[in-house]
Amino acid sequence: MDQIETPMPQTFRNQPAPCQTVSATEWELAAVEAARGRFELFSLWATEDAVHMALRQHVSGRMEMLSLPLTDGAFPSVAAQHPAAARLERSITDLFGHRAIGTPDARPWLDHGRWGIAAPLGAAAPGPDLAPYEFLPVEGESLNQVPVGPVHAGIIEPGHFRFTAQGETLVRLEARLGYTHKGVDALMRGASLARGAELAGRVSGDSSVAWAWAYAQAAEAALAVEVPARALYLRTIMAELERLANHIGDIGAVCNDGAFAMMLAQCSILREEVLRAAEVAFGHRFMRDRVVPGGVTHDLDSAGRAAIAALMAHLRIRFPALIELYDGTASILARTVTTGRLASEHARRFAAGGFVGRASGRDFDTRRDCPYAPYDELTFSVPTRDDGDVNARIWIRIREVEQSLALIEQCLARLPEGPIFAPCAPAGAPRAGLGLVESFRGDVLVWLALGADGRITRCHLRDPSWFHWPLLEAVIEGNIIADFPICNKSFNCSYSGPDL
Amino acid sequence: MRKFLLEGLLRRPLTEAAPTDPEIAAMALATGQAARRRLGRSLSIRQLDAGSCNGCELEIHALSNPYYDLERFGLHFVASPRHADVLLVTGPVTKNMTEALQRTYAAMPNPKWVVAVGDCGRDGGCFAGSYAVEGGVSAVLPVDLVIPGCPPSPKALLTGLLSLLDAAEGKRA
Repeated sequence: MDQIETPMPQTFRNQPAPCQTVSATEWELAAVEAARGRFELFSLWATEDAVHMALRQHVSGRMEMLSLPLTDGAFPSVAAQHPAAARLERSITDLFGHRAIGTPDARPWLDHGRWGIAAPLGAAAPGPDLAPYEFLPVEGESLNQVPVGPVHAGIIEPGHFRFTAQGETLVRLEARLGYTHKGVDALMRGASLARGAELAGRVSGDSSVAWAWAYAQAAEAALAVEVPARALYLRTIMAELERLANHIGDIGAVCNDGAFAMMLAQCSILREEVLRAAEVAFGHRFMRDRVVPGGVTHDLDSAGRAAIAALMAHLRIRFPALIELYDGTASILARTVTTGRLASEHARRFAAGGFVGRASGRDFDTRRDCPYAPYDELTFSVPTRDDGDVNARIWIRIREVEQSLALIEQCLARLPEGPIFAPCAPAGAPRAGLGLVESFRGDVLVWLALGADGRITRCHLRDPSWFHWPLLEAVIEGNIIADFPICNKSFNCSYSGPDL
Repeated sequence: MRKFLLEGLLRRPLTEAAPTDPEIAAMALATGQAARRRLGRSLSIRQLDAGSCNGCELEIHALSNPYYDLERFGLHFVASPRHADVLLVTGPVTKNMTEALQRTYAAMPNPKWVVAVGDCGRDGGCFAGSYAVEGGVSAVLPVDLVIPGCPPSPKALLTGLLSLLDAAEGKRA
């Protein structure tokens, strides 16, 4: 594969999002090329009278945005050509009522028939009773189905899993999600920039900083705001602390699902210490509402700086010992090695972000490949592997912990002085901007359209889990039911993020 | 592994010792007494996510880490609502979760308590007013206690669970 030495400068990073209006034929062609691998589908969303696609050129790395005006409330289905678009497309129909012509799957996705209205962002007509959800048919001998959820046995988010097994072996998993749909898209409409930031930081609770940053990026690009350097460095420290807390916590949780409880206990100690340092430094354990359009709301004082520096020194001693424990325990490796293998072909086709993609050979990280300040000034590497099993996903996260430690140390050493906030004035004309940030789970994308008065006309938030969930279904095939929890945790998909 | 086991034996526990933290010390004492008075044993908690952003779940998970060690207070999480005394609900209660929440509550034996966790559980929080949410747990179930916060810290959660025991004592005496 061609390695690009210097990533192509992305025009969307510092100016309103470029948007190309295309014809229906060009739209379909783009879908075909996405399926062929010339483009990676980054998102698909709707506005009142159009549908939009964000694509990344595979070779040049350039981001493109295509818009297609609707014809009689309909557009040619992207999913008909490219399966990765299926659930995004079904959500467009649920929320806006726009029809996808030629769709391979016309079942509703987010709409469970319980809102009292249909197409809440479109015509918003009284909702008809929906027929019971039809799961995909499974044919064969001696099959049994196991329905699980939406309420699960542990302390986790709600969703329904329909397992079909032959003996112990799974032949199909089909997930049905949407249970945590809160109507964020509708709440965003007409909201102020500040209110939008509050909502964006609550799309997925474990990625508050990443989401707030992506939203802020979109607003700053739309309004051409120059963010002070100190604010950018503080955002990076917060984002990397968030990555540390999640990676360390999840390494323990994956091992716990392989009945290695000691790793969970040890990792949960380190995770707690990261959150406590975050609270000392930024006044909130999850650093919620700290990143806003224009900068950050909380400056780092000497006590906070000392707390983070002490945490880094502590982790540099404690974390390697835990990795040695993982790597030296044959009984846990027997559960993780070769389990839940994701083929690199699938990871590439679905443009799987984060550690899920990087454990299956997709060498992409927003921080390096669609760089945003200040990562272009910092030194770090992007670990990748090809084996794609539970063990590989754990190792990618281990390596990323090490990179995050180095990034935070660099930020502390170079932290510029100066202001932490620049005001964002309305542009006086409609504007749109795109934000793309690497959360611990993968790239989060925000497309934000503002009216002349600076209020939000449309905000689209695409979580990395949109593309991870279908891959989890592929990964589980041929594994035993008892290995589902460990496979599932090794992906750790968000429910709230894609349900919105 | 041996190194960790040995270290576990030789080191002081990380669990924040009750005497050095008066708040948790008071909590430990009162929780034990109130729970014993009411039920003669510890309290079993069933957690249910009714559409939260997952922030509250993360902090509820933290209650089990060695720093807070929830079980030393006699509080523990159970998998089935049929084993639970307390239903700990997070989220603004999305309409897609309303029925699941009602059915979980119905499956619990009496006496039972409902705790609404977080600003969302209190009144829908920043999602209130949406077509897709009920707007807080009390819109669907009788709520005995609200623990606000976005998300509430593990310490706030512990304090809240203690005050629930006292409130339940007064209500049902």
